[in-house]
Amino acid sequence: MQPFSVTEVKDNISGINALSGNSKAKIIGGGTNLVDLMKMYVETPQELIDINHLKLTTIEVHLNGGMRIGALVRNSDLAYAELVRKQYPVLSQALLSGASAQIRNMATVGGNLMQRTRCPYFFNTSFPCNKRIPGSGCPAINGFNRSHAVLGTSDKCIATHPSDMCVALTALDATILVQGPAGERKIPITDFYLLPGDTPDIETRLQKDELITGIDLPGISSGLSSHYLKVRDRASFEFAITSAAVLLDISGGIIRSARIALGGVGTKPWRSYEAEEILKGAPNNAQSYQAAADEALKNAKPQKYNAFKIELAKRTLIRALETTGGKS
Amino acid sequence: MNELIGKPVDRVDARLKVTGAAKYAAEFELKNLAYGVTVQSTISKGRIKNIDSTNTEALTGVLAVITYKNAMKLQVSTVPGSGRWAEKDLLPLQNDKVFYDGQHIAIVVAETLETAQHGAALLKVDYDEEHPVVEIEQAMAEAYKPKGGSQYSRGDINQGLQNAEVKIDETYSTPVYHHNPIEPQATIAEWTDDQLTIYDGTQAVYGSRNLIAGMLGLGADKVRLICLYLGGGFGCKGFTWAHSVLAPIAAKQVGRPVKIVLDRMQMFTSNGRRSRTIQKIELGASLDGKLTAIRHATNAETSFVDEFLEQAGRSSSFLYESPNVDVSHTLVKLNKITPCPTRAPGEASGTYAFEVAMDELAHKLKMDPIQLRLANYAETNPQNGHPWSSKYLKECYQRGSEIMGWSARNPTPGSMKEGKYLVGYGMATAVYAGNRGSASAKVRVYPDGHAVAGCCTQDIGTGTYTILTQTAADALGMSMDNVIVKLGDTILPRGPNSSGSQTAATAGPAVRAAALDVRSKIIQKAIADKKSPLFGQTEETIVVEDGRLFLKSDKSKGETYGQIISRLKVDMMEGEANITPSNRDPNKEPNPNRFAREDEEVDRKKYSFQSFGAQFAKVLVDPQLGSVRVSKCVGVMDIGTVLNPKTAENQIMGGMIWGIGMALMEGTMYDPNNGRVVTRDLADYRVPVNADMPEFHIEFLNKPDPYISPMGARGIGEIGITGITAAIANAIYHATGKRVRELPITPDKLL
Repeated sequence: MQPFSVTEVKDNISGINALSGNSKAKIIGGGTNLVDLMKMYVETPQELIDINHLKLTTIEVHLNGGMRIGALVRNSDLAYAELVRKQYPVLSQALLSGASAQIRNMATVGGNLMQRTRCPYFFNTSFPCNKRIPGSGCPAINGFNRSHAVLGTSDKCIATHPSDMCVALTALDATILVQGPAGERKIPITDFYLLPGDTPDIETRLQKDELITGIDLPGISSGLSSHYLKVRDRASFEFAITSAAVLLDISGGIIRSARIALGGVGTKPWRSYEAEEILKGAPNNAQSYQAAADEALKNAKPQKYNAFKIELAKRTLIRALETTGGKS
Repeated sequence: MNELIGKPVDRVDARLKVTGAAKYAAEFELKNLAYGVTVQSTISKGRIKNIDSTNTEALTGVLAVITYKNAMKLQVSTVPGSGRWAEKDLLPLQNDKVFYDGQHIAIVVAETLETAQHGAALLKVDYDEEHPVVEIEQAMAEAYKPKGGSQYSRGDINQGLQNAEVKIDETYSTPVYHHNPIEPQATIAEWTDDQLTIYDGTQAVYGSRNLIAGMLGLGADKVRLICLYLGGGFGCKGFTWAHSVLAPIAAKQVGRPVKIVLDRMQMFTSNGRRSRTIQKIELGASLDGKLTAIRHATNAETSFVDEFLEQAGRSSSFLYESPNVDVSHTLVKLNKITPCPTRAPGEASGTYAFEVAMDELAHKLKMDPIQLRLANYAETNPQNGHPWSSKYLKECYQRGSEIMGWSARNPTPGSMKEGKYLVGYGMATAVYAGNRGSASAKVRVYPDGHAVAGCCTQDIGTGTYTILTQTAADALGMSMDNVIVKLGDTILPRGPNSSGSQTAATAGPAVRAAALDVRSKIIQKAIADKKSPLFGQTEETIVVEDGRLFLKSDKSKGETYGQIISRLKVDMMEGEANITPSNRDPNKEPNPNRFAREDEEVDRKKYSFQSFGAQFAKVLVDPQLGSVRVSKCVGVMDIGTVLNPKTAENQIMGGMIWGIGMALMEGTMYDPNNGRVVTRDLADYRVPVNADMPEFHIEFLNKPDPYISPMGARGIGEIGITGITAAIANAIYHATGKRVRELPITPDKLL
C-alpha cells in the first residue's frame, strides 16, 4: 500500500473540512472495499478520514412514512432492522444476498453506495483502464468480459456496478443525503450514478468535498408487494450475474404501478422506467411480465462473453415479477 | 496391540491448530528477519528492457533490490535425491527472458513487509514485448506427442468402432484450475555461516531440501528444511517453485534471514495449475452394452520452459474391459506457467470426460448407467493382465445406489420434478492409483515410557500426524497419548512426498516396522534380564498393552517399557526401518529389520494397485434461471483398510467438494489477447462455499488390500475428486436433457 495517514473526525463539519483540505484524502467507513483497492494501488489516498465516530448510525422513521438511514448503519443492522424487514423487505433481501455475514457486519450504507466495480481489469493496475487512468483504454471490451454490463455501456467502459443494496434502493426511489462546505443537499439515487460515457472515471454526482450522511426512503403503501432476486455462480459470497428488484401494486388483476431495477447488467444500478410503463395498467399475467422484460433489455448491448446476460436478465426479472405478482 | 487402526480418533494436532500453536512455515519468528516481496512480470512473452529501481531504493527500510543483474548464480542440482524443480529451463532471476505472466523477475527486501510491498510496487519495469501463444487452439499445428508412457493401445480401435452397434463421439473440455490451498506459499531462509535453514511449505521436504542445496551449489548436509504443518497443497507444493530458492538468495545477499510469503494473487501465477484439457472420446458398444472400442484423445498444454502432461486418458486404459482401446495425449506449448500435478492429476479431468461419455452411451443404449459399467466390469487389469491387489467396485455400485435411492430414478431425462425444480440423478466411477514408495522411519522409546516416531515426510493437512500416531501406538502397544510423531524435518529419516496419494501407504508401514523393531529389541532385553519378570520367556509369548509388556498366559507377569529401559541405563531404545517395497534383489543385503524384510519380500509387481469408488449426485436445476443446486452426494469407496474413518471421510468429502467446484463454478480465465490471468482472487475464481454444500453420505468398504502392505491401506488423498464431477454433470443431463460438455456448467450454459 501507498503509505497514508488516518484522521479521526468527531463531527460532520470536521470531516468535510478534512476532505476539502486534502485533494488526496478519502473517507473510510467499514473499509471493506476501499482497503482492498488500496492494497492493489487502485486507490492511493494519502489520508484516510475515519468517520466511524460520527453520529450517523441510526435508522429513524419519518412522520410522513418513510425512513431515514444513517450513512454509518452497518449493512447487517439495516438488513435485520425490524422496520426494514416489514416495510422494505426488498431492501433487506438485497442486503442479505450480498457479500458474507462478516463483510455485512463491517460494511456501511454510505460505503456500499460508493462501492466500486469488480471489473478485474479495473482491479489490476498493470492493465490500462479508463476508470483509473482516463484515456488509457479499456481491455475489458476485447477481453474476458463475462461479468460485464450490457446496459449503459460506452466504448470507454463496460464495468458493472456491483451493489445489491443499490438496486433495491433504486427501485425504492431512495434519496441520498450529502453534506458539503456549502451545506446539505439531496440527490435522488436515480440521478446519483452517472453513465460512463466518455468519463468513466466520474462515477457519481458526489463532489470531492462532500460527505454522504444518509439515505431517505419514501413511504410505500402497505398494499405493495416486492421481491429481490439474485442469480449467481455460487450460493453465497458472490456478486450477481443478474438481479432484479421489483415492487408491484396490483388490484383487481391489474398492475396499478410497478417499480423495477436490475443489477449485474448495468454500469449503474439500473432503473427500468420503460418496463414499468409496460406494466402500468397491464393485466397481472405472464404476457405482461415477458413484455416488460423484453422492454427492459431492449437496448442491451452484448459483449463477446456476456451475451447470455440479456436472456438471463429477462428471465430473472420475469421470475421476480412472478414471485411478486403471484402469476406464472 | 490396542487396535487403534481404524478407530475414528480425533486429530492429534487439532488443538494446536485451532489455538494457533501449530507453526506453519511463515510463522517462525527469527531475530533480525527481513521481508522479501517478489515482483512479477506483467507480460506473457518478451524480454526485460530495463528495471528502474530508483524510487524503490529511495524508500527508507529497503535493503536490496535483486534482479537478474545482481542475483546469485543458480545451477541445476546434481545432488542425489533432489526433488523436481518445477520449470526445467527457467531458473529464477538468471536472465532477462519472460515466458509467462507473473514470472518472478525481482525481489525487494526490506525491514518490514509493508516497505517491501511498497518498494515492489514502485519498481518500474520496461519490456520488449512479443506476441504470446495463449490458447491451445492457436497452437494445434505445433501439437506434439510427449515421450513416455502416455500413449497406449490394444486391439484394433478402428475395427472396434466399425463393429459397434452404438457409438459415442464427443469432445469435452475442462478449464485451467488452481490449487488454492488456504496456506499460501511461504519460505523463510536463514544462513548461519555456510549452513542454511529453510522453513518452507512443501509436499516434498526431503527432495526439496536436496534440490535447493544443489541449486545453490551446496551439499545436502549443509541445508536443513523444516515444514511442520501445511495448510494444504493439492499439488502446488509438490514441485519446488521459484520463491523457495529466492528466499535463500535474498537472505544470502542481505546477510539476514528473509521471509517470502506469496499473496493470494501471486498464487495464481507462481505455482503451476491444472492444465486445460480438450478430450475427444469415442466409444463403441454392442446392443448389450459391451464396449467394443474406447478411444480417448487428450489435448493438453504445457509451457515453453518445461513439460508437464495432464494425463487425462490414463485410467481409460484399464477402467473397463474392452478389446480395442486407444489412449493418446498431445501437448502444445503456451506462454503460461508450467502446469503441475493438481489433486488427482489425470484422473480428475479424465474421469470427468470418460464417465460422462459412458453416461451418454448408457442413455443411447437405454441402459442403466450402473448396468453399463457392470457389463464392462474389469475383473483383472485389462491393460496388463495383472490381477488387482483387491477390487470391490461392484459392492461400491451396489451400496452407493442403495444410499442414493437410485431405484427411484426415472431414466428419462427431464422427467423428475420437485416443485419448480428439475431433479437429476447421476453416477460415475471413481478411480485412483494405489501408490506406494520407499520410506525410512525411526521409533524411540524413552525411560519414562513415551515414544517418539520420526519420518521425514510431511502432513499436508490430511491427518498424517494422526494416522502415524495411531500406527506407532498400535504397533508399540501404547496409548496414543504417549506417542509423539515428528515429521517435516530433514534431520529425520527420509520419508515420501505427499503426492500421488502415497503417504499413508508408504510412511505407515515404515513407522509400523520401526515400532515393531524397537518393541522387539526391548522385549529381547527384558527376556535376557534376570531382573525382569519376563526373564527367560520367548518373544512370541509376550503381548503389550498400554505400554506394559506381559505374558499372554499370565497378565500378572510383566512390566512397562519404562521399567525395562530405566534398568538398562540407556537414554532410550531405538528401532529403525528402511523399506523399499518389492525389493527382491538377491544381490542386495537382506533388510536388517525383519518386519521390513517380510514387507519387502511381497512381490508387488504381480498386482495392479488401484482404489475404486462409486460416486453419486442428486441435483436440483432451476430450468428458468439455469442455476444448479447439488442436493446430495454419495461416495462409497474401496480404498483398502481405513486407518481412521474421521480423517478418511474428511479426505473424500474434501475431494467431492472440489468436484462440485469443478462441475459448477471453478476455472481460471485468461485474457484472450495477452494470456494474462484475469481471475486472480477468490472472488473471481470461485470455489464452493458452505451454502453450496449438499448432504454428504460417505462410506468405506474397509476391505484390506492384502498386498499393498501389512497394514492393508491404500492412500486416499485424491480419489475423492475423481468421478464426482462426472456424476454431477450426468445428473444435470438427467434433470434437463441438456448435455454440457464444457466445464464449468454455469447458469448461462443451461438457459
